[in-house]
Amino acid sequence: MEFSEHIKTANVEDVVLRRPFYQPTKGTLCVTGHHLIFSNRGGDSARPFLLLLRNIDAIEKSVENLPSVSSGTITLKCKDLCVLQLDIPGMEECLNIASSIESLSSLETVSEMYPFFYRPPFLSLQDQWGLSSTEQHYAQMKEIHDGWRVSQVNRDYSVSPSYPPAVIVPHSIDDETLVKAARFRQGGRFPVLCYYHRETGTVIMRSSQPLSGANRKRCREDELLLQAVIDGSELGYIIDTRSSQQAQQARMTGGGFESKSCYRGWKRLHRQLEKGKVLQESLIKLVEACGDQSHSVDRWLSKLENSKWLSHVQTALSTAGLVAECVERDGHSVLVHGSEGTDTSLLVSSLAQLILDPDSRTLAGFLGLLEREWVQAGHPFQQRCAHSAYSHVRLRHEAPVFVLLLDCVWQLARQFPLAMGFSEPLLLRLAKEVYASDYGTFLCNSDQERCVTGVKERTHCLFQSLLRANERQHYSNPLYERTELAIWPSIQPPSLQWTCAFSPIQWPFDMC
Amino acid sequence: MFNRNVENVRLIDTVTSRRASVGTLYLTATHTIFVENETEILTETWVLHSLVFSVEKQASTTTGCPLLVRCKNFQVLQFVIPQERDCHDVHVSLLHLSRPEHYEELYCFSYNANSDREDRRKAWDFINLKAEYSRMGLPNHLWKLTPANHHYKVSDTYPADLYVPKSATPPVIMGSSKFRSRGRFPTLSYYYKENHAAICRSSQPLSGFSARCLEDEQMLEAIVRSNPRSDFMYVVDTRPKLNAMANRAAGKGYENEDNYSNIKFHFVGIENIHVMRNSLQKMLEVSEAHFPSMSYFLEGLESSGWLKHIKAVVDAGVFITKAIAEEGISVLVHCSDGWDRTAQVCSVASVLLDPYYRTLKGLMVLIERDWVSFGHKFSHRNNHLNGDPKEVSPVIDQFLECVWQLSEQFPCAFEYNERFLITIHHHVYSCQYGNFIGNNQKERTELGLQEKTHSLWTYLWKNRTDYINPLYRPDHSQTQGVLRPLTAPYCFKFWGALYNRFDRGIHPRQSVMEYLMAIREETQQLEEQLASHEMKILNVEKQQKKSVNLETNMFDRSPAVWASPPSNSSVGLANTPGDYSGLGGFLKSPYQQKEPENSLLILPWPQELRKPTDPDLSTNGDDQESGIAGLSCLSPPNEESAKDPDSDETAYSAA
Repeated sequence: MEFSEHIKTANVEDVVLRRPFYQPTKGTLCVTGHHLIFSNRGGDSARPFLLLLRNIDAIEKSVENLPSVSSGTITLKCKDLCVLQLDIPGMEECLNIASSIESLSSLETVSEMYPFFYRPPFLSLQDQWGLSSTEQHYAQMKEIHDGWRVSQVNRDYSVSPSYPPAVIVPHSIDDETLVKAARFRQGGRFPVLCYYHRETGTVIMRSSQPLSGANRKRCREDELLLQAVIDGSELGYIIDTRSSQQAQQARMTGGGFESKSCYRGWKRLHRQLEKGKVLQESLIKLVEACGDQSHSVDRWLSKLENSKWLSHVQTALSTAGLVAECVERDGHSVLVHGSEGTDTSLLVSSLAQLILDPDSRTLAGFLGLLEREWVQAGHPFQQRCAHSAYSHVRLRHEAPVFVLLLDCVWQLARQFPLAMGFSEPLLLRLAKEVYASDYGTFLCNSDQERCVTGVKERTHCLFQSLLRANERQHYSNPLYERTELAIWPSIQPPSLQWTCAFSPIQWPFDMC
Repeated sequence: MFNRNVENVRLIDTVTSRRASVGTLYLTATHTIFVENETEILTETWVLHSLVFSVEKQASTTTGCPLLVRCKNFQVLQFVIPQERDCHDVHVSLLHLSRPEHYEELYCFSYNANSDREDRRKAWDFINLKAEYSRMGLPNHLWKLTPANHHYKVSDTYPADLYVPKSATPPVIMGSSKFRSRGRFPTLSYYYKENHAAICRSSQPLSGFSARCLEDEQMLEAIVRSNPRSDFMYVVDTRPKLNAMANRAAGKGYENEDNYSNIKFHFVGIENIHVMRNSLQKMLEVSEAHFPSMSYFLEGLESSGWLKHIKAVVDAGVFITKAIAEEGISVLVHCSDGWDRTAQVCSVASVLLDPYYRTLKGLMVLIERDWVSFGHKFSHRNNHLNGDPKEVSPVIDQFLECVWQLSEQFPCAFEYNERFLITIHHHVYSCQYGNFIGNNQKERTELGLQEKTHSLWTYLWKNRTDYINPLYRPDHSQTQGVLRPLTAPYCFKFWGALYNRFDRGIHPRQSVMEYLMAIREETQQLEEQLASHEMKILNVEKQQKKSVNLETNMFDRSPAVWASPPSNSSVGLANTPGDYSGLGGFLKSPYQQKEPENSLLILPWPQELRKPTDPDLSTNGDDQESGIAGLSCLSPPNEESAKDPDSDETAYSAA
């Protein structure tokens, strides 16, 4: 399909662009297959303003058609929460532009998206896509080689479509057992290792819920697998990211939880983390509250409270703290799961690693963590980030779990400003990239999809790009001082701060 | 005089309610002192009587009789005293000691009373308002100094020296003062010499429903005329319109635009002292709650209204700043008496307009001018004496918080740091220094404060290294002089470092400020050391002793540099050790790096030493980074800061 089919008017002159912190400027607006380009005719050194169409979450238009004036205004609300306004002379031009934007910004075919066309001079498609593979990660952790192995059981994605081809599992468990255990877990997501804590020799695992169902089915292989993790005598904790009531209810739909009698040595704790629609609506309310221009009334804090966003931050951090505490203080291994094992489990396991593991707090280490725990582990980015807080489209699978992670990391970094190797701009950049990007990293929902659509061959990797020398410098924390210790965040309400990052008016980076 | 001690008292950690330390409680003439038993290091908690806000005796339990002491600096202490009778005695004594009847009983009159009188007198000259007005460019061809209020004969709450428009004649001043509450006629607060616009202040006019005063109208006309480039002025009434209208019934009120030619009238709606007092009380209840839910905290913060009030003050300051700097229009600010809201708004506008007030000395001058000299009733508002509780209100607290909120938005624009503001807040209440005793200049003169007490400003200036913001950029590249803050509601944050000052658990676990200050100090010391070593090398070369072991030389002979590590008193507030105990752990940590062993290790890397280091770390990103990298391998990060209280664990499992 040709993009040009969607473009009725490609160029309009004398358009006025209004955006926060800038004087309104007059220039030429140009619509291309993937971008809006606005260039200032004044020709001063300012570079043209480029907006990825994919970044547009909602578009509002109003036109005026009088004999004397024919003009229109388009308001663009972006997924990165920025709000722009274009004043376009000519009603027809305005409507054409608006309809082009509407159709081009909602194209769903992955291989037509901009990352497949983005070819910056400083990157080559021959470069390795991604920072590391499961095998490389395993190779670096010499101390686990006795107890753990890399299994290729999912090499053709037949055991779990959302898992990567290789995963780390206990040495004593063979692939056949894994295949059977996978059948007992939703989406085939059997328990795999995500973090090994050297000091106590204990691990954090994650999985999806067991499919015990209404008649309390059991699976010997699944039980064996978990048995192998704690090696018989010890105790292990299962942190279920649902309330116990939710876990009970899940049995009615074929899901369930690990019952005490079947999994000896494992103690189950429930911590309810919201996800899905609840989380998406929370973000929508939060952004609404921040964008409230009235300013006269003091309902801000009520609205903030009503959005519950900070409560979600608090719960996520406190659950991660609990996991980290089990591992570090009690010296027991932990399995984290909710239902699908693709959202809150990843949130909790990655935050726990940030608390515990100094290696994950460096710039490269953090990006590596995101790659392992989110990209490779099969967080369905395309579904979760199809729309952001402004869209009027009916919600399907959208949920800002990754944005919640970024806020939690920001809170950690605020409480430990010296302990993180990366800076706030990195978190803001990631929040933007996850919704609309030049890079292929956050495309698709799983490793399998990325292979099928050729993402790894035909797009560039964001993480690689962020680690180039000049970018690295920009995103590094100049105050970084590595600490080997765990960083225990305070989860007291006064310690958690609301941030202006959710407001349409953010300080541009160069002013910070 | 009470001088007694009670043994086996338990001090409960109010944050966790779990830990308690056992010790002896002493009541002295000036302090309550709790000395812990059974600790290897002597741990003492000192509380100044003048800082005690309330003492509450609670119902006895099997373990003893609890006594809750709340302080004006937001410290909360819970003692459990074994014997009911002892508890009663302590309660009665503390009540008595913390509510003196006469100024002479206040701590400042006994604090360090034996120091040299002449030195003390001189120290007061450190902040000089005459110099401040001449810094603004006054007097000049537009504004003059008027002797009208000498001997406080026009207004006993105004300072003796006042600046008025050149064209304001004595009869006009006299007439105007008779038409204003307590004779507080319109006079100059700040003069913006770039464009001649001025901030003036007064009390409300006694206009009632229809009264007029020709001289008052002439006075305002004179203010308009003293700004040659404008033909009108703003009159900003900082009260809510309803309050101002209610005042008309009492023969007071606000200016009628019809009677005054060339004024534009504007209400900004800051609530009165009673609303503010209750608001603070509500906010403190929220901030003191143990493990509240997020919803409880946010709802409580909202319903306290505190941040809304802070925003109202900043908004008013922004309005005036725009009028002065952008429109070039003079502004007259008043409220009812013109000593609370007016002081807040004028001083916030000054901070926004003039970078000088964002320096250490500038803020001292500003407080001295807009608050102390213009008769903010410190002793009433801050409850120095046993007085009317309805007069108490956190008015200057709000000003300090406004400055803090601004410093959060403009981290490089302020020379002083958060600790400076918190220290001023502390001493506004402590009565340790004479600056804030009494309610106006007349009272202060009569009390002879400059002869009998010390000035806080010289103390702060002496310890200024503790209060310097390492990120400060004196060139104002971030702001171009005038601050234009965002005032959307989400830009206002809860100031945990003040209101939860002693609740260490909720503070950020690491402090950038402390860290940068430590680095800066270390750099300074290393530079001094470098200079002294270079001297030595020079000497050695001169003496041509080729085989001197330089290294042992350095180890042996550099005591001078280390002789005076910053004493702890610079961290805590002088004479009140333990007051910062909440902050203590953090405050101490950077200083540990200054121990000789640690720092001498840096010597093996001469290239680190030779590198000329920009004293302003913030302006030089690269140097900063390498400097820190250098430090990181020498001084292990403060273990305490990273691995903090067990209280968290309970928090996770309790949540």
